[in-house]
Amino acid sequence: MTPPERSGRAGPPGPEGGGRAVTPEPEGTAPAVTPRPEDGTRAVAPEPDSTAPAVSPSPEGATAGAAPEPDGAARAVTVTPADAAGAAPPLLEVTDLTVRFGPVRAVDGVSLRLAAGPFGLGLVGESGSGKSTIGRAVVRLVAAAGGQIRFEGKDVAALRGRALKDYRRAAQIVFQDPDNSLDPRMRVGASVTEPLIAHRIVARRRAAGRARELLAEVGLDPELAARFPHQLSGGQRQRVAVARALTVQPRLLVLDEPTSAIDVKAQARILALIGDLRSRRNLAYLLITHNLGIVSELCEQTAVLYLGRVVETGPTGEVLSVPAHPYTQALRSAVPEIDMAARRTRLVLPGEPPDAASPPPGCVFHPRCPLAIERCATEVPALREVRPGRQAACHRAEEVLAGVKTGVRRSPG
Amino acid sequence: MIEAPSTLPTAGASLPRGQALRRGLAANPLLLAGGLLSALIVVIALLAPLLAPFPGDAGSATHPFLVLRAPSAQHWFGTDNVGRDVYSRVLYGARISPLIAVIVLAISCAVGIPLGVAAGYFGGWLDEAIMRVTDIFLAFPPLLLALALAAVLPASITTVIIVIALTWWPWYTRLIRGQAASVAGRPYIDSCRALGISRWRIIFRHLLPNSITPLIVQVSLDVGGVILTVSALSFLGLGAQDPTPDWGLMVAEGQDYFLTSWWLVTFPGIAILVTAFAFTLLGDGLRDLMDPKRIFLR
Amino acid sequence: MRLAITNLEVSFGERRVVDLAELAVGEAEIVGLAGESGSGKSMTTLAVLGLAHTVGARVSGSIRLDGAELTELSQRELREVRGRRIAAIFQSPALTFSPVYRVGSIVHRALRLHGMTRAEAAAAAERAMRQVLLPPGLLDRYPSQLSGGQLQRVAIALALALHAEVLLADEPTSALDVTVQAEVLELLRELRDRERMSVLFISHDLAVVAELCDRVAIMQHGSIVEQGPTGQVISAPASPYAAELLASVPRLAAGAGQ
Repeated sequence: MTPPERSGRAGPPGPEGGGRAVTPEPEGTAPAVTPRPEDGTRAVAPEPDSTAPAVSPSPEGATAGAAPEPDGAARAVTVTPADAAGAAPPLLEVTDLTVRFGPVRAVDGVSLRLAAGPFGLGLVGESGSGKSTIGRAVVRLVAAAGGQIRFEGKDVAALRGRALKDYRRAAQIVFQDPDNSLDPRMRVGASVTEPLIAHRIVARRRAAGRARELLAEVGLDPELAARFPHQLSGGQRQRVAVARALTVQPRLLVLDEPTSAIDVKAQARILALIGDLRSRRNLAYLLITHNLGIVSELCEQTAVLYLGRVVETGPTGEVLSVPAHPYTQALRSAVPEIDMAARRTRLVLPGEPPDAASPPPGCVFHPRCPLAIERCATEVPALREVRPGRQAACHRAEEVLAGVKTGVRRSPG
Repeated sequence: MIEAPSTLPTAGASLPRGQALRRGLAANPLLLAGGLLSALIVVIALLAPLLAPFPGDAGSATHPFLVLRAPSAQHWFGTDNVGRDVYSRVLYGARISPLIAVIVLAISCAVGIPLGVAAGYFGGWLDEAIMRVTDIFLAFPPLLLALALAAVLPASITTVIIVIALTWWPWYTRLIRGQAASVAGRPYIDSCRALGISRWRIIFRHLLPNSITPLIVQVSLDVGGVILTVSALSFLGLGAQDPTPDWGLMVAEGQDYFLTSWWLVTFPGIAILVTAFAFTLLGDGLRDLMDPKRIFLR
Repeated sequence: MRLAITNLEVSFGERRVVDLAELAVGEAEIVGLAGESGSGKSMTTLAVLGLAHTVGARVSGSIRLDGAELTELSQRELREVRGRRIAAIFQSPALTFSPVYRVGSIVHRALRLHGMTRAEAAAAAERAMRQVLLPPGLLDRYPSQLSGGQLQRVAIALALALHAEVLLADEPTSALDVTVQAEVLELLRELRDRERMSVLFISHDLAVVAELCDRVAIMQHGSIVEQGPTGQVISAPASPYAAELLASVPRLAAGAGQ
């Protein structure tokens, strides 16, 4: 039985943890990289994609830069149906993605869309939901067994050589474990200059200066560059990891549980940093988390995952306040609330998440679902539109939207 | 996990190297003792021609009228069955066994490290193939292999080096492979891959430095072990030949005279013991020093 | 007050990591001890269990269990208190149980160490497993075969079987999924209500503490900066540190849209 992702943190990595891909990564051959002129000279200017409310990403790269959104974009975003519909081609499109680790389908037919920046898509789920695996597949750390990932229209899995290197600069990832995100034997500054030098983004003698700029951008004292990772706090290490990812000027950032392993105050600071980067760099990000609290602040859209499948997607505010899937309901109600006024009836889910190696027939959630009927045990519910801009994979989604809950176990407080 | 907070200031700047080193040595008597003793042996090896009263005796000189003299003021360790000064021969012997050990270990590392890194980092079928070959070599007991080869190859120092290296490298492959596999799974390696950093850079800049520490400790501990093995093979007559002043050979040659002339066997024997002990002590000290919970050198 | 801690000081050589003026847990009460990492919460747990010396710390002060002074007891006497009267569960359930033993054998051994016969131990274990809503058959499994949530519940079952008066819960749900966490918290509430257990709940997650605990104490740098009934501390924190901490907790949007 595969132990759930999170509780295995102190133990050996599960299939979604730090395991190596079984086949060696088919990376490009050692390239002779000619420095791209626009990258070398560009300072921290935002990408030319405009941030007009109707999201229409400009054609790749070279259009004139628009002024960055004023601070308004750093706050939680208001979503209009036009945004959610995604009028123009999305920055990232995942279609029917399947990832297997041996017999286990960690990701089973997941489809997602991410518009160009500034934009946040939340991937919410618990252990075994496949959310981290999706993030890793997007940056090609893990091979897909089926389905497609398209970035700006191009198939990511088919990229080779120079195109692959370009992609690796466009899409970056920040991991959840600040203790192991940085090489413990390298000074923090060296960890940041490494990609700068490897990709020849700046001349070698200017790399250190650029690294200090990046450290400042993530809110760290540039003097910390001389320290080793173990001399920094978890929150500081997390920021260094962000700085490292920013060296290549990515347009898409995958944030894998950015707040899990750090303190409450450091969490707040990291979230503020993400919001800040979002507006300053017109960043699009995939925010992977089990913590519903942070998606509501930073993500326009959210997808809820269970056992490798998407059970619900839609604008974040709507998904959280009026869920269309019983699992989302349960997840929402399980989150501890500090505001007494916001507390709701607790829906306690019986049993444990199922074994990913042998998922239940029909709807994988049905053994624990308070609304399960006969049909759920035999027929897999398709992810379908239940309201404009909202999709859910549940035979009884309309009832859930209407507020039907059965099997409620009430808790005080 | 409840752990005692580190007593070192973790949020401070790193110590200057010299101060850190002195602190490390002071806290680590094993390292100090082992280091000094090993250094002494190396010095003796280097200065043997100057220290030995009868340098010729380490070679093919014979003195028929000085045969089997007990230890005296002139011959501190006595003389052997052809009249050679045992003391001089023991001093010169310091050049042989430790040198063989260094060569053997260098070969073992040169073979073991690349194979281990490849197996650990790439995994898959390469890992399987390398480990199965490693297992085969691990199955050979050194002494039996030596005897088998003795039938084919002439007995000499070179033979001994080949034999021991053949049986030693698999241990290092295994050790490195375990470390490399563990390091390869860590997020910072993934982060390098995601950043498009080349495979070779990852291996040399990240994987190796983070995997090598247990090997350094193991190598220093093994010096003593190799010296013992060399001595055993020489004792069996499979290694150095007369008149080379190899300690193991000296013990073998002195066997027949042991009951009447104990000094022929005893002093070379003590030399083997002390040398193996010194390097083992050094290895223990290094292991304690490299213990991540006492990072003095940062 | 069942458990009363007064003037507790825990030090490593010159460095004092805990300096608690007063902390108490009454019968059928859950008291939360909240703070960031490094605030000294875990060392407090160790001190109460009489295990601080195992990590090289010195303890001074008073820890009273039902009036009896624990700091005056010998290690042998403390061993009888530990488990039987004060039980503890920790953050990593996988590390609580030795991986080479079946979970049941560890539970049985603990029960027998505290004086039960083989038959009594078996019966108590089974009963306790049902109380935590786990099939008793799970006792035959190895820790690697159980999930984090299940292991944590077995640990609670052990506390139940021993009829412990006080439960020290050190970040018991931090490594668990949120839905599993909800179940474990529910279980702790039942322990308080049905078994009238006193629970000291240590956590860095203020939202959990706010929901679960009757009273809460907030720790910073080894001392308690604020203490009181949960509703009061959360809605009207008196100290600036507490206010800052509470402001940092992300909140879900209350209504539709934002």
